[in-house]
Amino acid sequence: MDHRILIIFAHPALEKSRVHYRLLKAAQTVQGITCHDLYQTYPDFMVDVDQEQELLTQHEIILFQFPLYWYSTPAILKEWQDLVLEYGFAYGQNGLALRGKWFTCALSTGGSKAAYQADGLNHFTLRELLRPLEQTANLCGMVYLPPFVIHEANDLSEAEIDACAHHYQQLLKQLQQQSSVQALTRLSYLNDLSV
Amino acid sequence: MALLQEAFLFLAAGVVAVPIASRLGLGSVLGYLIAGVIIGPFVFGFVGETEHIMHFAEFGVVMMLFLIGLELQPAVLWQLRKPILGLGGLQVSVTALAVAGIAMLFGLSWQVGVAMGLILSLSSTAIALQILGEKNLMQTEGGKASFAVLLFQDIAVIPIIALLPLLSTSGGGSVKAAEASSTYIDTLPEWQQPLVVIGVIIGLILIGRYLMRPVFRFIAESHLREMFTATALMLVVGTALLMNMVGLSPALGAFIAGVVLANNEYRHELEANIDPFKALLLGLFFMSVGASIDFALLAKHPLIVSLVVLGLISLKFVILWGLAKLFAIQGGYRYWFAFALAQGGEFGFVLLSFSLQNQVLPAELVDILTAAIALSMVLTPVLILLNERLVQPLFEQGEAELHEEPMDEQHNPVIVAGFGRFGQIVARLLLANGFAVTVLDHSATHIERVRRFGFKIFYGDATRDDLLHTAGAAKAKLLVIAVDDRATINKIVEMAKHNFPNLKIYARAYDVVHYHELQRLGVDHIERELFLGSLHLGERVLQELGMRAYQARRKALQFAQHDQETNQRLSDFELGSKKYISISQQARDEVIELLQADRIQRQQQEQDNAWSAEQRAQHDV
Repeated sequence: MDHRILIIFAHPALEKSRVHYRLLKAAQTVQGITCHDLYQTYPDFMVDVDQEQELLTQHEIILFQFPLYWYSTPAILKEWQDLVLEYGFAYGQNGLALRGKWFTCALSTGGSKAAYQADGLNHFTLRELLRPLEQTANLCGMVYLPPFVIHEANDLSEAEIDACAHHYQQLLKQLQQQSSVQALTRLSYLNDLSV
Repeated sequence: MALLQEAFLFLAAGVVAVPIASRLGLGSVLGYLIAGVIIGPFVFGFVGETEHIMHFAEFGVVMMLFLIGLELQPAVLWQLRKPILGLGGLQVSVTALAVAGIAMLFGLSWQVGVAMGLILSLSSTAIALQILGEKNLMQTEGGKASFAVLLFQDIAVIPIIALLPLLSTSGGGSVKAAEASSTYIDTLPEWQQPLVVIGVIIGLILIGRYLMRPVFRFIAESHLREMFTATALMLVVGTALLMNMVGLSPALGAFIAGVVLANNEYRHELEANIDPFKALLLGLFFMSVGASIDFALLAKHPLIVSLVVLGLISLKFVILWGLAKLFAIQGGYRYWFAFALAQGGEFGFVLLSFSLQNQVLPAELVDILTAAIALSMVLTPVLILLNERLVQPLFEQGEAELHEEPMDEQHNPVIVAGFGRFGQIVARLLLANGFAVTVLDHSATHIERVRRFGFKIFYGDATRDDLLHTAGAAKAKLLVIAVDDRATINKIVEMAKHNFPNLKIYARAYDVVHYHELQRLGVDHIERELFLGSLHLGERVLQELGMRAYQARRKALQFAQHDQETNQRLSDFELGSKKYISISQQARDEVIELLQADRIQRQQQEQDNAWSAEQRAQHDV
């Protein structure tokens, strides 16, 4: 059976977004994917923990989709982690609900891939900067997959964005059917998966 | 038996004539007057001399003023001081002078002229207020102005009574005012009289303010309804007697007593008790006016009497209309004001007979004037009818043009109905975000006020489908109903749902019950009008009590969420049903549980512990 994918989406100004708007639209066309827009659902940041935990248990692959803000997620996604990944649910002795699920991110950055290198402007690779999320996944017993990344998001032409969106869509479909996780974990970016 | 017979006749005539007149749209006053004419000496002659009945029935006017006083808080009365003194003062003096001038043109002496002027300047409180009340116009500009003038006239009667004997042409030898009325106060030396009057009024105010409350409570606790009625009547009659004793108008005294009691918590009970008496007595009064019309005199001098009547009405009308313009009474209300007051008053009858006794006016003139006043009173409801049918419609159009800048069809995505405290916030938020909004409101003064701040809003009643159509309801996306009256809100919803099925409706609910009503009517989104404001205030109180701001905000939002969910659960059940009550009770317990066990706090504790344990375990390995 196909893996069910939960896209937890966070963008505080989707109406101004070029890239994420298109990515989200592309994802929504794929059967069996749940797109969950946090800023639209919780304008007051009053995250409904029960509802969120219920959603998590119903899916096998958890995907955070967001623009990279200060080397991290937008605020509501951090709030979401703080509230939803409860002791006894996500971690701790009895916190087994997420065990064995796959976790990944789909994110955009303003900077180029070259800027995210030891000798680049940001001094760290994106994989290094995402370590907090990686360790979060680890602690919850999830399998951490490499991220899908769109660099230089502000400089892409419309055609390039469309291509990215199409790529994203294909990747999601591939993920749904992916059986071997090793083929994924050895990649540096999910983008490199051949579809 | 004669008394019962008479009573039966009057009651029967009223019971037959008034409902018919009402059904025909003539109003109750005209119904009573016609009933009076029919049973009067000149048609069927069922009743003869009606003067004694009229005197008795005039007490209805006293009660009426008492009731008006009850509705009028002292602060409101104070706001009316300008129209009372200005408009009322000018009306009486200008009318008196004009009548005097005309009388002198016809060769009468100036004394006769002035006496006539003063007497004819008065209007009928009974008729004018009854009609304006029936048309629901008392709270309008026109109603308030009319009331102000009538109140001034009631006060003016006292000095007029004092003045009339001085105008006596027979050398001032005859009956003096004081002797004619022979009240208690006249036995006192002159310098004491004003002191006594002031003392009595102060006493009245003090009694009303401090003594009546415990008295009413005592009576109310007896649970004998008729005792309350008796107390209320006693209060009014007593006030009237007291006023008579010191030579003041009973109507004025009753009015003062009413104002003093306007803040009293038994006010509505008083109103409910006095009102039927007032209504019946006024009806009796109108019938006695109808019955007293001297058709024989009319037949004898048809030309003179009709000329005097027409002259009286048109002169008063012109002066009233001019004063209304001077005092900037708006559009249609100017006509209501002028038509309602353009007649002679019931005090006129009293003053005419008083003038006759004092030989101020000759008997023949008094007869003609009495007939003229009565006829002018009878004609008032007819004129009001004409005003309503012919003048006001023309005028409404004019008014619409004045306020409307005739609304071309609008094409904004949002229509906001009601630009009061609620609608203003909605519309301003939308406008500030660059959305075009069409705003409707049906209070002309309101529109004028906000227009000064640069808002463009249209005058109109949103319950009318044609108006909503012009406002662009067929193409708009959303209709926001922000008016404050729940019946009106429901009416707009029903009409809009029916005529514009694609229009989304966002509405303001008065309370939870109304919320469910609107839900059943299919409103797309509903906000309870006081909910968010109250919630935020409560949140601030939590802060003031020591809760940190973030906690307080979360508690408030959780409370709101739970309340909203409860609302949804309740929506299927009838208010007050067993199920409804049990769900409400359950919800009340839940919310306490929910708020006391806020996840974020519980988590904090547990998670902190968990993390330290986890890290320690790691360390040990």
